[in-house]
Amino acid sequence: MSNVDAELDRLIAPGRVHRHIYSDPAIFELEMDRIFGAAWIYVGHESQIKNPGDYFATRMGRKPVVLVRDEQGAVRVIHNQCAHRGALVVATDQGKAAEFICCYHGWTYHLDGRIKAVPLNHGYPQGFDPKNPKMAMLPLPRVKSYRGFVFASEASDGPSLEEWLGHMTTSLDDMIDRAPDGEIEVAGGVFKHAYDGNWKVYFENLCDAAHPLFTHRSSIDAALQQSDDVHSDGAGEIAIRQMRQNGAPYSFWESQVGIWTYPNGHSYLGDYHDDAKLVAALKDPVFREYIAALERKKGKAEAKRILEVRRWNSNIYPNVSLMSQFQQLRVVHPIAVNRTVVHAYSFRLKGAPDQMFRNTISFANIVNGTGSLVLTDDLEIYNRLDMGMSSKGSEWLQVGRGYQSDVPDAHGGRRGKNSTSEVYIRNMLDAWLGLMTKGHAAPARAAS
Amino acid sequence: MAKRRRPKPKPPPSRRPVLVARHRAALRASETLDLNRCERFLQHEARLLDEGKFDDWLALFTPDGCYWVPSEPDQENPHDMVSLIYDDRRLLETRVRRLASPRIYSQEPRSRTSRIVSNVSIEDGDNNACTVRSKLLMVEYRRGAQRLFAGTAFHRLVQADGLILIASKRVDLLNCDAPLDGIVVPF
Repeated sequence: MSNVDAELDRLIAPGRVHRHIYSDPAIFELEMDRIFGAAWIYVGHESQIKNPGDYFATRMGRKPVVLVRDEQGAVRVIHNQCAHRGALVVATDQGKAAEFICCYHGWTYHLDGRIKAVPLNHGYPQGFDPKNPKMAMLPLPRVKSYRGFVFASEASDGPSLEEWLGHMTTSLDDMIDRAPDGEIEVAGGVFKHAYDGNWKVYFENLCDAAHPLFTHRSSIDAALQQSDDVHSDGAGEIAIRQMRQNGAPYSFWESQVGIWTYPNGHSYLGDYHDDAKLVAALKDPVFREYIAALERKKGKAEAKRILEVRRWNSNIYPNVSLMSQFQQLRVVHPIAVNRTVVHAYSFRLKGAPDQMFRNTISFANIVNGTGSLVLTDDLEIYNRLDMGMSSKGSEWLQVGRGYQSDVPDAHGGRRGKNSTSEVYIRNMLDAWLGLMTKGHAAPARAAS
Repeated sequence: MAKRRRPKPKPPPSRRPVLVARHRAALRASETLDLNRCERFLQHEARLLDEGKFDDWLALFTPDGCYWVPSEPDQENPHDMVSLIYDDRRLLETRVRRLASPRIYSQEPRSRTSRIVSNVSIEDGDNNACTVRSKLLMVEYRRGAQRLFAGTAFHRLVQADGLILIASKRVDLLNCDAPLDGIVVPF
């Protein structure tokens, strides 16, 4: 074990973590290499690049990449950098192109990243060969789509995507299963919300069942006091229902919600909302129409099975979180040790009533919106975490709730005795330590 | 579902009579909705927001009024695409009530804002209803940092019983599709 690895190893202890992993710029740099530069990273969804030439520019960690469908229809992820002088080639977020041309000297690339043309191609030293595959907008070593969800890895070998995802494929399946026609597409725009804090705290909060009652008190109170007689076009009604739900007492979180964790840092919070309570109540005509469509296409038994999968946030380590029940997907983009941007997308269920998607939009606004009455208090927490963690004082942070009572579960999982266990944080820290010191997310000691 | 006691709904702040009276006094019934009155109304609105009088601001909206801050330039509607803010009247009341909460941590400490409303024009309308376009510059200061917002506002104003009310308000921010830190104080 190198000195660096030994130092990293000392930052995680049973039920505790040292604040440096959230505040030390040198550790952040290592994370960009050893986590975002090695693990399977979510890049985008195939519905964002439906036809040959369609592209979507994004980032893996801090590295700019382009997700593109090539002339043959294959999905590619290539580094968004010119092989000549290193400029960013694709400067718009999304679009359609026949080829990529660098705006500096006109070096031109095929959609799969290979060089197509080099202007003034003379006088270079011997060995200069535009056909050399190492001179290109370099393709990521591994690119794999799981039923439309595209991941890529900088590592040429390692676990396959399916091995990496493990049981979490069921959360991705649930996103798709809910579409009567068996197909989903990214639609309805994107939120890009930002905060001055570390990327890891965002993920840690998504499965935190102990915070809503406290952090979201202002919106819970305001929603509880709201008269339902006041005019709503439907949007406010959905938002207010969600805010009231956050006000469920601790006893509800302790007894009716569960937290499940799986190898490689993944986790989900489940059994939270059922469809009778939230976006579309069972008696809602739109939702009844949706269920009928689902039953027509999938049969009654399968429709029932699908609707009974109740997952709130499913976190796929290290950078994507799904809410399959409400067609939301969030991608975490680390910018610096104390700066993070999260992109939140909505999906349309093909074959579902149009109003269903409008309900999804109302839900997205209140849960993922930059101006949401709920999310803005979470963003404040992330800022304050950084203000605290980057100061000297408590060196060790407590992540031990549930440590003594977590139980093993199927599929190599481990779950909290109840949903307020911090097992999902310890599970992420284990994956973190494994990736940072061993190159793979081996079980470590925070969760054991 | 968890059982909880729901506090008795408070009457919406918009019905506080003192505010209505003050507002009514400022505007005379017989006047038409001309540029001058519309401009004064927008400045009155900006002042209420700068002074943190959100209840009074809410009272400017019609009972089915809405408030919209799109997430993309040229966004067609608030229903098929996400919005930085889209509040129907019910959610707007909740938003304003939350702003007064002592436990609104994202406003601890409070923001201070300074707005300039300018380039006011009437886009269409008649004596009793019109769409007013204006330019907005808002500086927000909170906890050691200043943010600058620039945008174009579209107010649908209606006149009833001598009162000017906002039937809808849309604010197109210049950087609506940029990564943004949380937005708590309305524009």
